[in-house]
Amino acid sequence: MATPTGITLKELSKKEGLLTSGHRLCAGCGAPIIVKMVLLAAEGPVVAANATGCLEVSTCISDYTAWKIPWIHNAFENAAATLSGVETMYRSLKKQGKISKDIKFIAFGGDGGTYDIGLQSLSGAMERGHDMLYVCYDNGAYMNTGIQRSSATPFGADTTTCPAGSVIPGKTQNRKNLTKIMAAHDIPYAAQASPSHWMDLIKKVKKALSIEGPKFMNILSPCNRGWRSRTDDAIMLSRLGVETCYWPLYEIEDGATKVTFKPKEKKPLVDFLKPQGRFKHLFAPENEWMLKKFQEMVDKEWEFLLKSDLGGKASGAE
Amino acid sequence: MARVVAVTGNEAVAEALRQVNPDVSSAYPITPATDIMQRFTSFVSNGKVKTEMILVESEHSAMSGCIGASAAGGRVMTATSSQGLALMWEELFIASGTRLPIVMALVNRALSAPLNIHGDHSDGMGARDCGWIQLWSENAQESYDNTIQAFRIAEHMDLRLPAMVCLDGFIISHSIERIEYMEDDKVKNFVGEFKNLNPLLDLEHPVSYGPLILPDYYMEYRRAHAEVMSKVVGVVLDVAKDFEKISGRKYGLFETYRLDDAEVALVILNSAAGTSKDVIDAFREKGIKAGLLKPRLYRPFPYEEIGNALKHLKAICVLDRADAFGGSYGPLFMDIASSLYTCKEKPVLINKIYGLGGRDYMPEHAELVLNELAEVAKTGKVKTFKEYIGVRE
Repeated sequence: MATPTGITLKELSKKEGLLTSGHRLCAGCGAPIIVKMVLLAAEGPVVAANATGCLEVSTCISDYTAWKIPWIHNAFENAAATLSGVETMYRSLKKQGKISKDIKFIAFGGDGGTYDIGLQSLSGAMERGHDMLYVCYDNGAYMNTGIQRSSATPFGADTTTCPAGSVIPGKTQNRKNLTKIMAAHDIPYAAQASPSHWMDLIKKVKKALSIEGPKFMNILSPCNRGWRSRTDDAIMLSRLGVETCYWPLYEIEDGATKVTFKPKEKKPLVDFLKPQGRFKHLFAPENEWMLKKFQEMVDKEWEFLLKSDLGGKASGAE
Repeated sequence: MARVVAVTGNEAVAEALRQVNPDVSSAYPITPATDIMQRFTSFVSNGKVKTEMILVESEHSAMSGCIGASAAGGRVMTATSSQGLALMWEELFIASGTRLPIVMALVNRALSAPLNIHGDHSDGMGARDCGWIQLWSENAQESYDNTIQAFRIAEHMDLRLPAMVCLDGFIISHSIERIEYMEDDKVKNFVGEFKNLNPLLDLEHPVSYGPLILPDYYMEYRRAHAEVMSKVVGVVLDVAKDFEKISGRKYGLFETYRLDDAEVALVILNSAAGTSKDVIDAFREKGIKAGLLKPRLYRPFPYEEIGNALKHLKAICVLDRADAFGGSYGPLFMDIASSLYTCKEKPVLINKIYGLGGRDYMPEHAELVLNELAEVAKTGKVKTFKEYIGVRE
């Protein structure tokens, strides 16, 4: 299955996986799939930073590590600031002739460590222009601490801190549009991706890593524990997220928006919501208004995105 | 030849940092430490140092950036005060727990609320148990000397611990004093080339920094940290010996002033020690055997050495420029009391809280305390074990 960029599954399957098996993430978790894809897309040496969260606590429990590349975890809110330090030391040592190799820097953080507590540190790193790619694996809640609401939690979702009750029917606010916030930093590259569309994801990572400066990618990361879905539904659910336009695939390169996947037929949002227990209460007759409102929110964002879609023309991309 | 200059404490620290010439600095402005980084960034902008700056958006990120840079493999420094140190609190433990030899100038300032920007030790005392080495400095010269020595101590292969150099906000940071600068090459040779230990940027030997360690091993890591702290005293003394050779200035774990034959003494940190020494001279002339002890290495605290230096006294007043609310006594008092606990014969100890939020510490405060100590030494009776001085009632 050759592609215009020459990436083939066969070719990728021959590359060494840089996140080994044996890590302790849950079966069916989206995060390691994403990390493996991101690292497969990278060519040459990579140094990674990781915010505290599921990915971090499950991949480096002393005295074991699943990371075959240099990796640093500092705390919850500062993966971007920590990697700023690493990248700056790299520049200093390179200038002094103490390092010769080119190294790519990638930070991984969940939505809690990125949308919420880590937003300031991320914003600072992007503004300062460090040569790094920040990847947010967005599973829509604080899954590591037991499914608490974050600003990435979708409207209506049931979490352990905004439980669907008889008075309050789950989360009453829409989620923050972090990809737009990051793009508003006028960074050279910001994108949304999904593990279901692996080719799109890999192409975006490759493009991001080929650009010098700060880059941001927001990647939908299904979590069967928090989404209350079946263990093997991660790819199916992330695909439905894209096909219902709940999670549009697009990139903003040098300010020009390009929608990288337009579903032939936009599926109704309920197709994405129904397999997930966290939205179960929305299907009760008294909450019908919520389904309607949620669909309207998704439609509005999708329409806005289509209007701003320049097909990447302004950037001269394919 | 050494240069004799008239400079502020901040200027002296900035000059030391220029001479040390670190690889990376990550910093955020805060009064009264701002001036150090302003001066240092002008060295960067004018090519006087090789340092790459990270001008971050908060002190939390300043220390996070230092941690990333230090783990990457190179010499790293920063400076802060007060609220800035408080915002770094989480990261201070991560820097020391990860055993990263970061050097930080802490220009001591009061903590909010109420908001106050002046000299006070509450910030440094709040961070005293975070696993860093703390060197306290009386004046601009000591601030300069301690900054240079701090790199050698922190980066020592037996330690690899972060170190903070404390100096009093405004009183020292913004006052001009006569001090001696050493030659650039002397400082450069003294600190030496940075030696790497498991650098993150070593691609041939990939390492994972910052693991999760559960109850099966966490305690062993903490114990290892405690053990390495016990080696600091020896390293500080060795480095001081080497420093004396190039500077002619002698440093120890603490300074004593007319203490050997003293009957009463003040124990006091930083700038107020200078004022106190003058008053002690006046009391000696009156025939009162007064002395002083000024801790320099405050963390790890050299309990045994300080206990031995103080045990022969009749009465001691520990003066704290910070209070430990709910702890009954000031933090320095509690450490001095602990250092004397194992001695059979102990002096009487009293505690005064002074100078909070930049309140002036005047010679008459030292006189008041020394008169009281002389009375305690004579009668053995104590009116109050702890009180605030220089305060409205």
